[in-house]
Amino acid sequence: MSDQTPVETVLSATGLSKQVSSPEGTLTILSDVSFNIAAGESVAVVGPSGAGKSTLLALLAGLDLPTTGHVTLSGVNLGELDEDGRARVRAESVGFVFQSFHLVPSLNALENVMLPLELAGKEHARAASRGIIEQVGLADRWSHYPAQLSGGEKQRVAIARAFATEPAVLFADEPTGNLDSKTGATIMDLMFELNQRSSTTLVLVTHDNVLAERCDRVLGLDTGKLVRDDRVAA
Amino acid sequence: MKALRYAVRSFGREFRAGEVLVLLSAVVLAVAALTAVGFLTDRIGKAVARQANEVLAADLRLRSQDPIPDSWRQQAASFGLQTVDTTNFPSVVYVGDNNALTSINAVSDGYPLRGSLRVTDRLFGEEVQVDGIPDPGTAWADSGLLARLGANVGDLVEVGEQKLEIASIITYRPDQSIGFASLAPTLLMNEADLAATGLIGVGSRVRYALLIAGDDDAVAAFNAELEDELPDSLRLRSAEESSERAFAAADRAQRFLSLTAVISLLLSAVAVAMSARRFATRRMDTVALMKSLGATQGFVISVAILQLLMVGIIGVVLGSAVGFAAETVLSWLLADLLQGDLPEPGLMPVVLASGSALVLLVGFALPSLIQLRNTPPLRVLRHDAMPPAPSRILVVGLSIGAVAALLYRTVGDATMLIVVLSGIVLIALALYLVGRGLVGLLGRFRSGVGVAWRYGLANVARRGRASAVQVVAFGLGLTVLLLLTLVRTDLLAGWKQMLDESAPNHFLINIQPHEVDSVREVFVSHGVEAPVVSPLVRGRMTHVNDVSVKDLEYPDGDGRWFTNREQNLSWAVNLSDSNEILEGEWWQPGYEGPPLVSIEEEVAREAGLTLDDRLQFEVAGQVIEARIASVRKINWDSFQPNFFLVFSPGALADFPGTYIASARVETENKVALVSLVRKHPTVSVIDLDSILRQVRGIIEKATLAVQAVFVFTLAAGVAVLFAAVQSTIDERRFESAMLRALGARRNTVFSGVMAEFGALGAAAGLLASAGASILAAVIADRLFNLPYTFDPLLWVIGLGAGILVVCASGLLAARSAVNAAPVDVLRGNAN
Repeated sequence: MSDQTPVETVLSATGLSKQVSSPEGTLTILSDVSFNIAAGESVAVVGPSGAGKSTLLALLAGLDLPTTGHVTLSGVNLGELDEDGRARVRAESVGFVFQSFHLVPSLNALENVMLPLELAGKEHARAASRGIIEQVGLADRWSHYPAQLSGGEKQRVAIARAFATEPAVLFADEPTGNLDSKTGATIMDLMFELNQRSSTTLVLVTHDNVLAERCDRVLGLDTGKLVRDDRVAA
Repeated sequence: MKALRYAVRSFGREFRAGEVLVLLSAVVLAVAALTAVGFLTDRIGKAVARQANEVLAADLRLRSQDPIPDSWRQQAASFGLQTVDTTNFPSVVYVGDNNALTSINAVSDGYPLRGSLRVTDRLFGEEVQVDGIPDPGTAWADSGLLARLGANVGDLVEVGEQKLEIASIITYRPDQSIGFASLAPTLLMNEADLAATGLIGVGSRVRYALLIAGDDDAVAAFNAELEDELPDSLRLRSAEESSERAFAAADRAQRFLSLTAVISLLLSAVAVAMSARRFATRRMDTVALMKSLGATQGFVISVAILQLLMVGIIGVVLGSAVGFAAETVLSWLLADLLQGDLPEPGLMPVVLASGSALVLLVGFALPSLIQLRNTPPLRVLRHDAMPPAPSRILVVGLSIGAVAALLYRTVGDATMLIVVLSGIVLIALALYLVGRGLVGLLGRFRSGVGVAWRYGLANVARRGRASAVQVVAFGLGLTVLLLLTLVRTDLLAGWKQMLDESAPNHFLINIQPHEVDSVREVFVSHGVEAPVVSPLVRGRMTHVNDVSVKDLEYPDGDGRWFTNREQNLSWAVNLSDSNEILEGEWWQPGYEGPPLVSIEEEVAREAGLTLDDRLQFEVAGQVIEARIASVRKINWDSFQPNFFLVFSPGALADFPGTYIASARVETENKVALVSLVRKHPTVSVIDLDSILRQVRGIIEKATLAVQAVFVFTLAAGVAVLFAAVQSTIDERRFESAMLRALGARRNTVFSGVMAEFGALGAAAGLLASAGASILAAVIADRLFNLPYTFDPLLWVIGLGAGILVVCASGLLAARSAVNAAPVDVLRGNAN
């Protein structure tokens, strides 16, 4: 690790700490975490429950602000932006895949995929979304609403939505956590395939060591501290 | 634009969510209640005005002792008004050798301009409504005249030098109470025959009247112009002056309808606030997601407001449609009662209702939606991340502002606004405080009860503030519902008294002292209860405490009118049932001291007369002085003969007088009246039935309208209950799934829910009973001038209704929660 930011670095964390107040006093969830992630890299964040993985993800994506330290995403220091500013950065550069899918129940599959494109003000949102929906294998189910889709299908829609804006960074939070192992494996194949095709940077939070080993690099967290930063042999 | 596209796209499906339906129902109910009440009060007001005008047989009545100059007719015509002439004078008419002093009414074509004439073809027979007036050469006589003349339909009656054929028996003229006509028998004839009678000449006691009617605005304009240029010889009467009671009743009805509309609105407001809160809560996840996908706060708030606006627009359209429909159905129901062609409803009530719906949404829904803007995007990862609560000042300020705006527009009366508003705020505050106290208290019972109750009570206690808010909501809903029931019952009771089926329906006038016993006998012999008889002596007040009534200062203009006119004086041993002593004392039985007099409170106030004032009267050329011994309140609605001035027994004994009586005669006993007028031709019988029918018509209209509006209020109350239950449905679904996963039986979960809602309902019911009683007492006293009687049954009903309604709604909602498969709920697939 070095303080020097290489040209190809798309995401960097510098001295990140997160503390929250609780009835038992101040609780430290993350403590002095720093790293850089290069464009196109795939990084797994692993660690036991309560290690601070989700908190780290929230800080990296600008969903929350660190107590100390800062995050730079696509060259922008997120700490210097207000909430709307961070939202604009996310609209431009970030995609998400969540454990519980988080589709908008009132929109159909296609409309869910169109949503981030429209929020980013992109033209031809519908045509572009159609293409991606086909890529994730849901060409004939685009008009279905989330309630009419299976867990695996929901996650396919979520993946299509995440890749629709061709984001610089894709954050995935336990994307297979709510799926059976077979569906989970198919979903991950799809995600890695799209990742490689679009050369998107992937930050994947997971419990699953096998899944983690499929990434270029593994960051290990324990009780809020970065305890591992390994390159995985290709 | 983006926001609009998204709002429209997602609206269709979000629309199906329970809270949107509740929100929409609340708006629909508010708009429907407002439009329906708007139309109704308008129609009732117009109907009453029409009926009041009936008493004049016109909208305006110009009268004079000289022929009315043609210029007034032309002026009325220039305003687009219709006119009709009536000429009234006393004359003796003949049939054969029999004669009778008669009040002759000669009328021109078009009479009456308001109301209609009713006739029959035999004495006390079936009456029918007729258009038009007697043809030239004919006349319509009343039953009293026929009895006195011993004549029948078809006979010729001599009126001056003209002979007229009696074509019908007239039973009702709209303006029969005007002038001395009501005392003497009547003959109605065509004006065309008037000149031929030769009775109109210098020195004859003729009263001319010009009846005027037409479009409301034109009448008002003409009236305003007349007031400035009216010469002293002409007197103008408008409907308001001649029908104060009808207008007071209409005013009451309109106030009451406004009150029900306000209550519907308030309930809707509570439902809107609750469902908007849930609307916002349910959208938090989506908003967090959209923010994580890059949506700005502006986008989020725009979508929420646009969707709210869509709810508003749909609500206004549907609500107006329901309002129109309700109004149409009501007009159809009321077709018999609402006489004449009332103007078609305009679009104004819809405009006003739309404005109110907007105020309702801004005041009660907006705060929750504004809060959505601050939803942290972190919520996509951590479900417990919540936006900060909306500013309390904003919430309270907006809602109170909205309520005040809505109330003021609906009530249009500052006093009522303050009474109702402060009552509601106080009750809400008290309910909230007691609600909090109750929540704390309930927690302590947990250790001593079974598992179901422990679960239920734990829920009440755990939700702390939310439980208190529910108590407030339920309590407030119940308060207004009870208030409505109470005020409604009081009001209807007050009216019903007026309609008492045993109220006298005939007045007998001009009974000579020697006829009193015989008149009683006639009734008794026909199986009718003997009438209550009161003596009547005509006299004129001359001095008050030795000051001439002409020189007295009066607190009120009507006081001069009272003291300067010829009075109907009476005397009595006992106080009438329909009278109540306010000041002083009624004389003891057997009192033989100096003359005492009891005076009616309103005329006493207007004339500035108080206890112990000495009044001097001139009766049949003699002077009599009496001291005011008491001030009485008279219940005029009793239809008993009543007098402003009642003397102690003996004070008027030496003066010539007659007796008057009131009696209840059912239709099947009308033959008693025929016998009466045959045996005592000089006694006049006045049929109150037609007047009572008029009053009853007004009251029935108002009652029906009130009940119709009451339906809206009930529906709004139900909307509140559903909104409240909806607001906790997710939690309940999850908890019940959890309990069932842990092995609880469905019945146990149900009992727990019942315990919780039962406790909340009982608290709300008790508080609502207390609140409603206090508020009802204030409203009854201040606004309706009706006495309020404490009703313990209300508390039983309040408590029972609280438990029943809250439990029923809770269980209804909990059914879906309890029945949801635990595995789906716990996996988060239940929606």
